[in-house]
Amino acid sequence: MHNEHIQEHFNNRNVTELDSNYYMVDIAPYPTDGWGKFQRVIKRAFRGELFVGLWVVLREMIKFDTHTVQYPAEKMPIGPRYRAVHEMKRLWESDTERCIGCGLCEKICISNCIRIDTKLDENSRKEVSEYSINLGRCIFCGYCAEVCPELAITHGGEYENASDQREHFVMYEDMLTPLDKMKAGTQLEFEGFGAITPHEDERVKKTPLAY
Amino acid sequence: MSKISINIDGREIETQEGEYILNAARANDIFIPAICYLTRCSPTLACRLCLVEADGKQVYACNAKSKEGMSVVTSTENIIKERRAIMEVYDVNHPLECGVCDQSGECELQNYTLEMGVDAQHYAVKDVDRSDIDWGHIHYNPGLCIVCERCVTACKDMIGDNSLKTVPRGADALEAEYKENMPKDAYAMWNKLNKSLIGLTSGEEMLDCTSCGECAAVCPVGALVDTHFIYTSNAWELKQIPATCGHCSAGCQINYDVKHISIENNDEKIYRVMNEWNYVSLCGAGRYGFDYQNEVKSKDEAAFANALEAFKKADTIKFTSTITNEEALLLQKLKEKFGYKLLNSEAKAFQTFLNNYSEISGTKLYGYDLEATHNANFIISVGTAIKSDNPNARYALNNSITVNKGAGLYFHPVKDPVVEGFGKSIMSVYHAPLQEEAVLYLILDLFADKEKLPSEIVSYLASFHSTKTITVEEIIKEEITEIVKVMKKNEESGEEEEVEEEKKKMVPKKVSKEVEVDENRLLEILGADEKFMENLEKNLAKKDTFALIAGPDLYTHPNSKNLARLLALIEKYSAFELTMIPNLTNTLGVALICELDEVAGSYTVGYNTKGDFTLSALGDGDLDMPAINQQEGTLTSINKRVNPTNAAIGYNGYELNDIANALGLKAELVIEYTKMLPLESGFRAEEFDNLPNHYDNDGTEHRGYLLENIATAKSGDESVAVISDEKLEGTLIYMANPVRQFTPFTYKATNLDEVSGVYMSEEFLSKSDFNEGDSVRVKSASGEIVANIVSDNKISGNIVLLPTFDSKLNTEALFSSYRFATASIERA
Repeated sequence: MHNEHIQEHFNNRNVTELDSNYYMVDIAPYPTDGWGKFQRVIKRAFRGELFVGLWVVLREMIKFDTHTVQYPAEKMPIGPRYRAVHEMKRLWESDTERCIGCGLCEKICISNCIRIDTKLDENSRKEVSEYSINLGRCIFCGYCAEVCPELAITHGGEYENASDQREHFVMYEDMLTPLDKMKAGTQLEFEGFGAITPHEDERVKKTPLAY
Repeated sequence: MSKISINIDGREIETQEGEYILNAARANDIFIPAICYLTRCSPTLACRLCLVEADGKQVYACNAKSKEGMSVVTSTENIIKERRAIMEVYDVNHPLECGVCDQSGECELQNYTLEMGVDAQHYAVKDVDRSDIDWGHIHYNPGLCIVCERCVTACKDMIGDNSLKTVPRGADALEAEYKENMPKDAYAMWNKLNKSLIGLTSGEEMLDCTSCGECAAVCPVGALVDTHFIYTSNAWELKQIPATCGHCSAGCQINYDVKHISIENNDEKIYRVMNEWNYVSLCGAGRYGFDYQNEVKSKDEAAFANALEAFKKADTIKFTSTITNEEALLLQKLKEKFGYKLLNSEAKAFQTFLNNYSEISGTKLYGYDLEATHNANFIISVGTAIKSDNPNARYALNNSITVNKGAGLYFHPVKDPVVEGFGKSIMSVYHAPLQEEAVLYLILDLFADKEKLPSEIVSYLASFHSTKTITVEEIIKEEITEIVKVMKKNEESGEEEEVEEEKKKMVPKKVSKEVEVDENRLLEILGADEKFMENLEKNLAKKDTFALIAGPDLYTHPNSKNLARLLALIEKYSAFELTMIPNLTNTLGVALICELDEVAGSYTVGYNTKGDFTLSALGDGDLDMPAINQQEGTLTSINKRVNPTNAAIGYNGYELNDIANALGLKAELVIEYTKMLPLESGFRAEEFDNLPNHYDNDGTEHRGYLLENIATAKSGDESVAVISDEKLEGTLIYMANPVRQFTPFTYKATNLDEVSGVYMSEEFLSKSDFNEGDSVRVKSASGEIVANIVSDNKISGNIVLLPTFDSKLNTEALFSSYRFATASIERA
């Protein structure tokens, strides 16, 4: 089984055995009688901890060295496997769209938010005439990217898709890598589930060829 | 044939003696893989997947016949190896881009590749150029073709067009080592596969056939695809609506495959029509003529009010038979309530014909159906342009000839190259119009049991016979004595000397002989050729099941009463199983449900036909109605079956039931009338929702229910009138449609591109000074029309066909009631 190591890791749930850096937190026993509770209230109220907190705030205010991310002016970097609004990739070789219109994404979509129209184009090829995803329904599960045989539909890092209504569609053109970005060579490959893994070549069974 | 029991994989099953093992297994839900076999057709032996072990010997289940006590094992170690190798071979050079194949998801190559667990390829051969080819309504992609020859088999054994054949592939020979190393059957199959592809028999670039599309339906892969369907939808996105085809009386089982129109438009649209091709074969109209729905945006209240007004004013309802049984019953109920006259000339003719037939037969309906025809091995067709009147009757005829090794007689005035193409064992007799009585008398003469037949008829038949002495030249062998000189040794002298000796020898000699032969004047009347009796005798050898198909020419014949009685006599006194072809979709249903009148009153409401106020599902009337593919209901087929059909797509307007309700009848849905269909005509009190619409694995039809053939009172009088000498001569016209067209509904369908006009055979055109496309005036005793000439190579001879599918053409004006008429044709 290729996922043996994962199973091994997850099946052993006894964390203390795995790592000795774990230790029990020292917690004093809770008071049980009224007098004990009263004492605890007095202790907490007059220990001056309030001022410790106030001092921290004051100190940071004076230092002007804050760790707060200034969203939306500032944004956290997004991991390559993050699943946000979909993107449609182009082929590196020809800049044409990768999507062949097989409709597997439409079929596998569990929230039923993808729809695709195809037709026969003038070069006798299958052409995607229209493609839409209803982001209001999409649960960003990533199945579409996983099932795509051409690595055409992927997830991107664009998560700002709030809209003023429940139904919110993205169309094919919106998702497709813009040509200038393609020409500049800045299209990013998706590294999430469904992408090619580093050892794919070794696993492939080769078909004999009579040439 | 007798019932026997065989053992498959340890299961005792019952089957017929001589049934193929594959069919026996399928009937009992035992899975044996097979690609190339088509039920009802002859085994092709192309795929060899159905390999099984019968009594210890490897045989192909598709052509090995069951024997009593046979023991069959469906998979052994060797068979598994063979099957796996066969599937690997099929995958050699097969493109892996399933995503752009229309068959993906319903592909037998995908299914069996997974079933056999093919996860690696061991074989290879250099590919040849296999670019895709446009054949017109069918698209062939040889790159995807696995040469199972199912298309060729269907076209030959079922359809009868023989349009497809295998052609050389021109590939390199397989490497020699495969012959030694590969499983034997897989190699043999590959060797054959590597040599062929599918091509057109005609050698032309485009398919020129009757365009049924059955080849694409049976194709297990995406090699043959309907051109209109290419890349429009994946199979799994389509929803199947089980229905009954609404174009002709065959009432074929179909599925409308529907899906939303587009991303923006959620309304449903029919993308294609599919059928259970193992058990039913469609014609081009059924397969491609699916978008005849009446698109109505909303209920037109003003038009509805006008309709009610019109119904109050009217005393006659005129309608066509492209309606459901329920609607027919509605009309009948309206008649009973308000006394409307119901007018439907073709259904009336058929009704009268059936009534005349019943007087002798004692049954309300003809005795058999097309299934009987499929199983017969001698078939006669009379009074019908079979390929366009009822394509399924034509398939039955061809299927019987090719698969049952049957023979047939085709009596019709119009020469039909398609029927002639079924094979040599079908003999066509092109008699003059109005001579159908002579045909039926001839059948009686040739096949009826003369001992039981009423004596007047026997003596009438005898009056046609005369003995004639003719001189025939015969070649006989005669013995002659020759004197030859031979060298012989003289025993006394010991010397060689020449001696004369007598020698006997046989030599052929021509002699003239006078023989008495029987001459049948009926044959002369019908214009049968001299060799008719001789060929018929040859064709009748080993024939034991007989079927007779009678068609619409007879119903409107001036002597139709006589014809109906003759048919009843043939059925009664001969072995022929009789089936009659109802003219239109539900002519039989209408004839059984409605009391029809002959003469119209002063104000007519027309339903799908022109009236003073017209209700029309064609969208050209005063109030819109739903077409058959937008309605629930039942249709009565030629097989005397009440088939349910469902609404494939929505309809937003008013229907007949709304009018009936407004007039005082009460039914929320029109299908509430299904259980009220008249029991006395053989219908059952069955709820619509209980009617099934499917086939079992053994081909048993579970569709609606069969009409009961009610017994009627016999008059006891079995006399029939003598043949009238009337004959139509001169330039003849015939009211018939080209294949794939039946009614204005088929004409409305976008994929059926037949042009309206005057149909002439190529033969006729070349003899005349007309050209295709010329505008001509056709004039008969009853009327005249002007239309363009259409050249049709599916007919030959001199009779001109006038179609009824274009309501603008109004060809009915040219005919009194009989389908033939004499006319003059001149340039307009």
